[in-house]
Amino acid sequence: MDIQTLTYLFVGGSFALYIGIAIWSRAGSTKDFYVAGGGVSPVANGAATAADWMSAASFISMAGIIAYAGYDASVYLMGWTGGYVLLAMLLAPYLRKFGKFTVPDFIGDRYYSNVARTVAVICVIFVSFTYVAGQMRGTGIVFARFLEVDVNVGVVIGMAIVFFYAVLGGMKGITYTQVAQYCVLIFAFLVPAVFLSIMMTGHVFPQTGFGATVLDAAGNDSGVYLLQKLDQVVTDLGFTQYTEGSKSTIDVFFIAAALMCGTAGLPHVIVRFFTVPRVKDARISAGWALFFIALLYTSAPAVGAFARLNLIDTVNETQYTELPDWFYNWENSGLIGWVDKNGDGAVQMRAGAPFDGKPNFAGSRDEAKGNQGERVVTNAPTDNASEVYIDRDIIVLANPEIGNLPAWVIALVAAGGVAAALSTAAGLLLVISSAISHDLLKKTIKPDITEKQELLAARGAAVVAICIAGYFGINPPGFVAQVVAFAFGLAAASFFPVILMGIFYKRMNKEGAIAGMLVGLTFTFCYIVYFKFVSPDLNTAEHWWLGVSPEGIGTLGMVLNFAVAFAVSRVTAPPPEHIQHIVEDIRIPRGAGEAHAH
Amino acid sequence: MKEENARAYWAANLRLILTYLAIWFAVSYGCGILLVDELNQIQMFGFKLGFWFAQQGAIYVFLVLIIMYAHSMNKLDRKFDVHED
Repeated sequence: MDIQTLTYLFVGGSFALYIGIAIWSRAGSTKDFYVAGGGVSPVANGAATAADWMSAASFISMAGIIAYAGYDASVYLMGWTGGYVLLAMLLAPYLRKFGKFTVPDFIGDRYYSNVARTVAVICVIFVSFTYVAGQMRGTGIVFARFLEVDVNVGVVIGMAIVFFYAVLGGMKGITYTQVAQYCVLIFAFLVPAVFLSIMMTGHVFPQTGFGATVLDAAGNDSGVYLLQKLDQVVTDLGFTQYTEGSKSTIDVFFIAAALMCGTAGLPHVIVRFFTVPRVKDARISAGWALFFIALLYTSAPAVGAFARLNLIDTVNETQYTELPDWFYNWENSGLIGWVDKNGDGAVQMRAGAPFDGKPNFAGSRDEAKGNQGERVVTNAPTDNASEVYIDRDIIVLANPEIGNLPAWVIALVAAGGVAAALSTAAGLLLVISSAISHDLLKKTIKPDITEKQELLAARGAAVVAICIAGYFGINPPGFVAQVVAFAFGLAAASFFPVILMGIFYKRMNKEGAIAGMLVGLTFTFCYIVYFKFVSPDLNTAEHWWLGVSPEGIGTLGMVLNFAVAFAVSRVTAPPPEHIQHIVEDIRIPRGAGEAHAH
Repeated sequence: MKEENARAYWAANLRLILTYLAIWFAVSYGCGILLVDELNQIQMFGFKLGFWFAQQGAIYVFLVLIIMYAHSMNKLDRKFDVHED
């Protein structure tokens, strides 16, 4: 069977599985819809959290980012895993004991204020939509590359599938499909990783192959460590050393903190811990989630290093006409572009961008062909020796081809990419729909609606959210790539401190919480908007405040939030007696009922 | 009595959290970021040690920390008689 047929088979088969699960796990009540009935086992919840958490970006882009950035990318690896330690110890068990449906639920009740609840709802919607647009686009791109349908058709197919199980099954449907999606995506990521590791180092585990010696072309041990060789090769070509960083320590520190606290504060991650039966399950479930995530996150840096070395070996100084087929295929997709600056017909990989921005082509290969048969790039070339643009997203998608792996592995990677994008999109859409139907409609605007009406509203809100997300997927706002900093920065500057103080500081009152949230949010929002949109040309280290980039500013916003909240709470009245009792109650595991609406 | 018990349980929990978070901070921000250049002088198999902490070691330690915390808390819940079921 050819790759095309296999891919249809794999992707189609996985879709049939998701739909089957959706029909089996329909939601019958709001409790099913919001928190899967509160009866999910900690292991299943861990796998679902992992799938929810690992987006198209984790699956497709991360190894590629590491391959290009080396040590500098470590901040993503630590930042996106360290947050689970905070979740397990500081948030998840207490929120589970609290036993409500959503994050705004907790903030609204703990701070006895609908203003606080509404601020939280707005943050939830903003953070989640930022995230979900990218997921829909990711689905479209995977479809376009592997199934050769139009990107927009891919987005619509993705919408239809998510529609089916999110609207029908709510959290219950999503949870069990996410477990299946986790299995698909981790298998799809690890198979090529193991193949590559064996091929390059003879080690089965990429995690140890990463630190082993490389095999030469004949398969004998060369006696040189992989990372040593990589450092050597990249410095020879003028890049910075792979294992050394180039960012300032303070910036790395702030970015890591923003990612960790942001992770712990992201609503779609927090709500997952409302679905387990007991407080102790919430604690260990965070461990399972991190275990499942770590399988991918400890392999990704190995894949990045293997791919970088492999790529340089294969492409650098090779005559264009003698390159392997995948190079031409990805050039056709527009993700590779080559300009023969020195006219020698060979591809030179060197430090620096070969030309400004992503490649624009004069036409298809048939319409505009260069001297060697390459597609003609119209961008203004830079004056360095670097000749080739290789989009970092290719690394994972093309790895099976670069490593000459069998066709079914390529089909598997396609199914994995789609699974990663769909699982995250569904989790986010659910958070958006419950924020609207539960927090806004039921708790704020119209408290007297029946459960049946609320369930209907939740499904309606999910439909609307899917359509908006689909619209953004088809017409991506130009800034999607730049606003990832938003989601984490805002979550770190708003939710994380407010929830933390709600649990650990009994004296915190509504005045303090609202003031803290608003200051943290406004500060972070303005800083990011200023450097990303208002004056992007000033977005360099010397203009940053304290040398902190927009990616790391959420940490400063969080510190401000804490400081303001503390100060304001000291000069205003303490929270009422019954609130202090709630806080005492959530600190003790016993008596955790099932999640309910009160 | 009941209130005192709850207070003692909470204090013990806070001590555990602080201990584990100190380790959490040390492996990620300490070994992976602040001391990375010093640790990179040490070679462990094919890894520079600081680089290994940043891309592998910290994640393993995070995982162990959560498992240990969940385990310690289960014991603490029983000791102070606040466990579920």
